Amino acid sequence: MKMKLIAGLVIVLTLVLGAVLYSDKQPEIEQNVEDAAAVKSFTLSNGMKVLVVENHRAPVVVSQVWYKVGASYEHDGITGISHVLEHMMFKGTKKHPAGEFSEIIAANGGKENAFTGQDFTAYFQRIAKDRLELCLELEADRMQNLVFDEEEFLKELEVVKEERRLRTDDKPSSLTYERFNALAYTNSPYRRPIIGWMEDLETLTIDDARQWYETWYAPNNATLVVAGDVKAEQVFKLAKQYFGQIPVSNIPQSKPRREAKQYGTQRVTVEVPAKIPYLIMGYKAPVLARSVEPEKNEWEMYALEVLAGVLDGGSSARLSSNLVRGQQIATSASASYGMTARHETLFVLSAVPNDGVEIEVLEFALREEINTIKTQLPDEAELDRVKAQVVAAQVYKQDSTFYQAMEIGMLDTMGYPWQIKDEYVEKILAVTAQQVQQVANKYLIESRLTVAVLDPLPLEKGVSQNGTTQNGTKASTSAGAVHAH
Amino acid sequence: MLIKNFINKSKSKVTAFVSVLVCLMAISAGVNATPEIQTWQTTNGAKVLFIPATEIPMLDVRIVFDAGSARDAGSSGLAVLTNGLLAEGAAGKTAKQIAEIFESVGAQIEYDAASDMALVGVRSLTEPRYLNAAIDGLKKVLNQPDFPQDAFLRELNRMKIAVKARQQSPSALASEAFNKAVFGDHPYATPASGTADTLEQLTRDDVIAFYKQYYVANNATIAIVGNVDRKQAEEIVKAVITSLPAGEKAPALPEVKPLTEAQKIVIDFPSTQTHIFVGQPGIKRGDKDYFSLYVANHPFGGSGFSSRLVEVIREEHGLAYSVYSYFSPMRETGAFSMGMQTKNEQTEQALNLLNQQLKKYVTEGPEKDELAASLSNITGSFPLNIDSNSKLLGYIVMIGFYDLPLDYLDRFIGNINAVDVKKINDALTRRLHPDKMVTVVVGKQQQNSE
Repeated sequence: MKMKLIAGLVIVLTLVLGAVLYSDKQPEIEQNVEDAAAVKSFTLSNGMKVLVVENHRAPVVVSQVWYKVGASYEHDGITGISHVLEHMMFKGTKKHPAGEFSEIIAANGGKENAFTGQDFTAYFQRIAKDRLELCLELEADRMQNLVFDEEEFLKELEVVKEERRLRTDDKPSSLTYERFNALAYTNSPYRRPIIGWMEDLETLTIDDARQWYETWYAPNNATLVVAGDVKAEQVFKLAKQYFGQIPVSNIPQSKPRREAKQYGTQRVTVEVPAKIPYLIMGYKAPVLARSVEPEKNEWEMYALEVLAGVLDGGSSARLSSNLVRGQQIATSASASYGMTARHETLFVLSAVPNDGVEIEVLEFALREEINTIKTQLPDEAELDRVKAQVVAAQVYKQDSTFYQAMEIGMLDTMGYPWQIKDEYVEKILAVTAQQVQQVANKYLIESRLTVAVLDPLPLEKGVSQNGTTQNGTKASTSAGAVHAH
Repeated sequence: MLIKNFINKSKSKVTAFVSVLVCLMAISAGVNATPEIQTWQTTNGAKVLFIPATEIPMLDVRIVFDAGSARDAGSSGLAVLTNGLLAEGAAGKTAKQIAEIFESVGAQIEYDAASDMALVGVRSLTEPRYLNAAIDGLKKVLNQPDFPQDAFLRELNRMKIAVKARQQSPSALASEAFNKAVFGDHPYATPASGTADTLEQLTRDDVIAFYKQYYVANNATIAIVGNVDRKQAEEIVKAVITSLPAGEKAPALPEVKPLTEAQKIVIDFPSTQTHIFVGQPGIKRGDKDYFSLYVANHPFGGSGFSSRLVEVIREEHGLAYSVYSYFSPMRETGAFSMGMQTKNEQTEQALNLLNQQLKKYVTEGPEKDELAASLSNITGSFPLNIDSNSKLLGYIVMIGFYDLPLDYLDRFIGNINAVDVKKINDALTRRLHPDKMVTVVVGKQQQNSE
């Protein structure tokens, strides 16, 4: 077994070096890694950025318009406004009234949607390659000419509230995560939920949405990303044609929003009707953008990514091996960290306890995993498995043009040069076991920790009109009541 | 340019240019060739489907067995447990050692069991040294699972906790109640991941017997997509499948019986929203009405923002974030279902609208323009459905497993375009029965409702 693993290792490293240094050992792999990296960029005279990834595998294209605005740009009282505005963007312009955008895209064989995050709001279409122009025309139109109709706004606000109930209010683990997040950050804008507090949604007005649109939606605050069976030159031409004339707007300068110092572990308990307890532990962790001296500190973020992999990089990693199998303290356990946010972030551990396991015992076990890393150097074999998966993922991601577009759109919108994706593998490979241990000792400490616990209340409730219920699971039946009208 | 012109002309009415679009789509559809599927049979009886895809140095192999929860035979949860235990110890190696085989070469093992299918597969780089390790791991998992007693107990326990977790989810409760009512005494009625009672009864011997009966070559379909040639593909198949016993193909499942009367199930649950499902048995794979009903559902509740359900429930009334309908074709008849969630006080209003829409649609069918728009969306978006290895893999698994014609993808657009209003109306009236639907509502019950 041991021999086999070591043999496997060397191979993976060769592949990796091949990919990075363009040696001629595995030409087919290098070639594709190189192709995947081929982003072409262009900036319109009004400041709008255009990024193109040519990928000629299939006669299709994905078009994404990214805006540098999201929940982390909001302030208390209007939480959720970025996401509400995202919904309003489907409510039409003078030229293309409500619903027409979607109808046109659909009739042309396209699929479309939009998404909002802490640091971005993005709109996308996937469509046959010869319909790209149509997407650009429609996106350029709604960047400038959105209509705000009071009645439409109020209805859409109700839709968003339903979305919040679905995603958060009726999901005990999501509710717990929301409170965890709200406590973990003291003054960072990341403490607010993307979908907004229900109390704030209740008081949002059409003027809030209009003002948000007028403030942030402009070509100099947007990036167009196109990936697929296109020629970059042609995309630049079309982008210029449709977005080039849109006037520049005065975009507010964002404050740095550095998170205030934390003094000791913070704890919150969420008590809601549920069946299964849940534990979340998050440590404040730096991101690339906050690296004070990039040359000196940058490795820390890559080391934190590898640390997350050592804990949770597959079924052979420590949390699965030790807590889910081994001690059987958890039925699931995970670790996650992402180094590319705009502001300081969290290194998060979460787990569901096994039946009869006290949440304190689970927390202790997770802390023990962290202590082990702090005191004993991780195996080289472990690190190499993490790295092998990173290398392979770089190849697998080429199977999705959507993902490729998403990766560069997100980086660019969060203020990173998209080129860092090409350095990623190399920098992950450079991480040493000592560095993993160092970042664990530096960042996974009490004064950076927030703990949230879901403490289930009983689900029992009243009697339904149709019969008695037990534990919310017994159904009562009455025939013939379908036709209500 | 043409596109731009007619968009500008038809500022207010989208439907005006639909007929133009249909012509365009037909032309471009002819140009988009679908990849050729190679197929053969192994000496021990497994069916192989293969698409070479040389663009990326990676490979997907997926082996599918007719070993889903429809084969549980009363022991609900058995298929899922068996499938989940394959990689938890094999060929004398522990779960961790097995995982290390894959993870040290960046390979990703996959396994899953649903109603009809149980699958195991791997995604790997095609550089031979990594690929060989990944295929060797797959071979061990598939051919020599040990089903260690400790792994059996652990995974069974995790399933029991998952059953508890479903009890805190109104959507999971609603979906279980829905399947139970729609499928009655058919194997599709029970939850794939088991119930508290059935899990209590399962033994390691049950798992071993299930594996021996269903994880056999005559009951297997192998799908391969990626950067290997035919010879390499044959070698991979040989390595993975040759030592499996031929065994027997799983027997035919019983037919799903139509519903004889409407049924409403109300579950009181302390949630802010009520989850609503309405439906009945729908169609099976290869059904003669498949294309008519697939197209019929599209403008009704299957096309997101352009569907009637979204238009009425979400856009006009602001009642839900998500509302949809779909046919879920299976080996035997799967469900037709409509679903949505709305805050508890609005349940009755929402349910009335949902049922009104269904009754109207079944009676009147789609408008001509609506159908034209749907046809151009379905045919026009077809290239998007086959633009990656993982999507192609999904298609050939479906074609192989359900014995669909090998030229299914080639004929897809033609089959869609052959559907007209008359065929839809005929199929809808014969197949959907608004007066015999199962209705499930899960949420906080209102004092004055009903």
